[in-house]
Amino acid sequence: MFAKTRKTLTRLAMAACFSTVAVVAQASTELTMYYPVAVGGPLTKIVDGLVADFMKENPDIKANAIYAGNYNDARIKALAALKAGEPAQLSVMFSIDIYELIEQDAIVAFDDIVSTSEEKAWLESFYPTLMQNGRTAGKTWGIPFQRSTIVMYYNKDAFRAAGLDPENPPATWNELVEVGKKLTKADGSQWGAMIPSTGYPYWMFGALTMQNDQVLMNNAGDTTYFDAPATVEALEFWKNLGSKHKVMPEGTIEWGTLRKNFLEGKTAIMWHSTGNLTVVKKKAKFDFGVAMLPASKRRGTPTGGGNFYIFKKTTPEERVAAMKLIKFMTSPERSAEWSMKTGYMGVSPAAYETQKLQDYVKGFPYAAVARDQLEFATAELSTFQTGRVRKLLDDAIQAALTGSKTPAAALQEAQAQAKRLLKPYR
Amino acid sequence: MHQSPSNAMRHVYGWLLLTPAAILLIAFTHFPTLATIYESSFSKGNLIRPSRFIGITNYESMLEDPIFWKVLINNFWFAVGTIPASVALAIAMALLVNRALPGRPFLRLAYFTPTILPMIAVANIWLFFYSPDIGLIDQILGWFGFPGHNWLGDPATVLPAIIVMTIWKEAGFFMIFYLAALQNLPPELEEAAKLEGASRWYYFRRVIFPLLMPTTLFVLINAVLNSFKLVDHLFVLTKGGPNNASNLLLYYIYENAFSYFDTNYAATLTVVLLAILAVVALAQFFLFDRRIHYR
Repeated sequence: MFAKTRKTLTRLAMAACFSTVAVVAQASTELTMYYPVAVGGPLTKIVDGLVADFMKENPDIKANAIYAGNYNDARIKALAALKAGEPAQLSVMFSIDIYELIEQDAIVAFDDIVSTSEEKAWLESFYPTLMQNGRTAGKTWGIPFQRSTIVMYYNKDAFRAAGLDPENPPATWNELVEVGKKLTKADGSQWGAMIPSTGYPYWMFGALTMQNDQVLMNNAGDTTYFDAPATVEALEFWKNLGSKHKVMPEGTIEWGTLRKNFLEGKTAIMWHSTGNLTVVKKKAKFDFGVAMLPASKRRGTPTGGGNFYIFKKTTPEERVAAMKLIKFMTSPERSAEWSMKTGYMGVSPAAYETQKLQDYVKGFPYAAVARDQLEFATAELSTFQTGRVRKLLDDAIQAALTGSKTPAAALQEAQAQAKRLLKPYR
Repeated sequence: MHQSPSNAMRHVYGWLLLTPAAILLIAFTHFPTLATIYESSFSKGNLIRPSRFIGITNYESMLEDPIFWKVLINNFWFAVGTIPASVALAIAMALLVNRALPGRPFLRLAYFTPTILPMIAVANIWLFFYSPDIGLIDQILGWFGFPGHNWLGDPATVLPAIIVMTIWKEAGFFMIFYLAALQNLPPELEEAAKLEGASRWYYFRRVIFPLLMPTTLFVLINAVLNSFKLVDHLFVLTKGGPNNASNLLLYYIYENAFSYFDTNYAATLTVVLLAILAVVALAQFFLFDRRIHYR
């Protein structure tokens, strides 16, 4: 009898030992992050590679990176997962989702996580322009990762064929029209320029308005300037490229197929995200150039792309692990690698000081255009009720471009509705 | 009166048999419907203002929402454009592949292929068909000297463009039902019609078509439902643009729920969608039932 009990006890003790071992082995933190891809290309592989490298260096952390579609899908999936109680500790999401995420009480500010002075310095190590969309109410909520600006890609062969200097791309709106007219072929086989107006019309428009020395919203995210005279003028210019100057097709231009249009020589100039740079470099069968966007009163572009956010429903251990992952992904070395592989920007000056990115830029100077343009960049349109406000502007732009409303009327309407939406936040 | 125990057991037994189906129906159909109606009477909540009961205010603001009316009208034209055309095409294709033709299996497969493809894949293919200048359609038009057209970028052509794609996608699916129905028709009917000297058209109009009516009812109900619930292609092709010219009710619901996080207004719109579908389905059952000859 006693013997039996002892045996059982020993077994129990052994089982307890084993389970303790198992617990120790599992003490590693598990992280789930969602991330979006907006420009196509093999970006998922690159992210997976970065995450695998991270786990090699940090064997105690298991990170699952889940590709979640475009920026909208990523936000929806991450928030739906949170509401359903699925664990996601951090995610890359649209930099402009910040107000929505704060309003939903979904994310935690980095200021509340960082403790050491070294970490506080890390918060200051990024390009300040890239932090604009990640900061509000005196706190930092987003860390830049896959960030871009809009740049002008142009076909040098087409420039030569039209008798233009391929090293001298248009630097002002007037030059863009002039050059565009020379590049546009009468039979419609080649257009002068294309600015996409589906997908993210407000983003392209943010560039045009900034060039006209006008921002679209204030810092607090509660006021828009859609009907400012300079804003209206910018939309008129965009519309006129198609309807008056005939250097761009009329109607809206599809974001998704624009790169193909450019690569097939159907347009000599395209405005697009720097995130396309590496794909264009690989696929262009002609000599191409990349330049900053032209100026009206000044040069200008919005920044764009995705930031890292940490969700509020996380344990302290998970936050530490998430911080490790974010620090790894945005470290100068990785940021440089990411930039070379995709065309997205290095997120800190230190990234451009790494040997490999310096060498890369030496051989391929266009990789630095986006960085150089940061000097003229502004935040991307982001307000409270951002989805609706953005859609108002998108609809106004498309209404003007397709000729169903005048630019002034469309923008005044959008402004009036945006004002109504934002009233409770002021 | 005393109920015999065996009778009571029969009742219990019956209810037990019904339970699995009833649970599924209640959990996935009736409860969500009631929850939607309940949700639609609350305001959108956020950190500043929590959600509160507001009665029919959501419905009032919906009636004043120009985009709601726009998507409703778009949906009407989408239904009118897709349903009769895809059903007619389905009958024509079914009649064609029901005959003895060389390579008949391949023809049937060819007609059915669009149905096998997921809508997202279809939309991605058609995105390139429709893209100006480089697209297939513009290249073919180019051979005949027509200039390129921005099919999806022009509010006047975007909805027709989507309708054409949907017909292409749906007709093959409906064809399968008609084909099955045609093969169930007894061959004596055709012989009798021939003996009487009826023309092919007369035979179709007076014999085949009436006998196909049960199938037609089924297909019509499906087509109507699809015209309201198929919006996958909008995600790829237009996102409802330009300026809502191709926006449909369900896509607008999605935008409200997930882009604007206004689930309460989305619930309001969903109630409208449910009401429309219920009315249409009931009307079809009552109107058509009298004219259908079930055998």
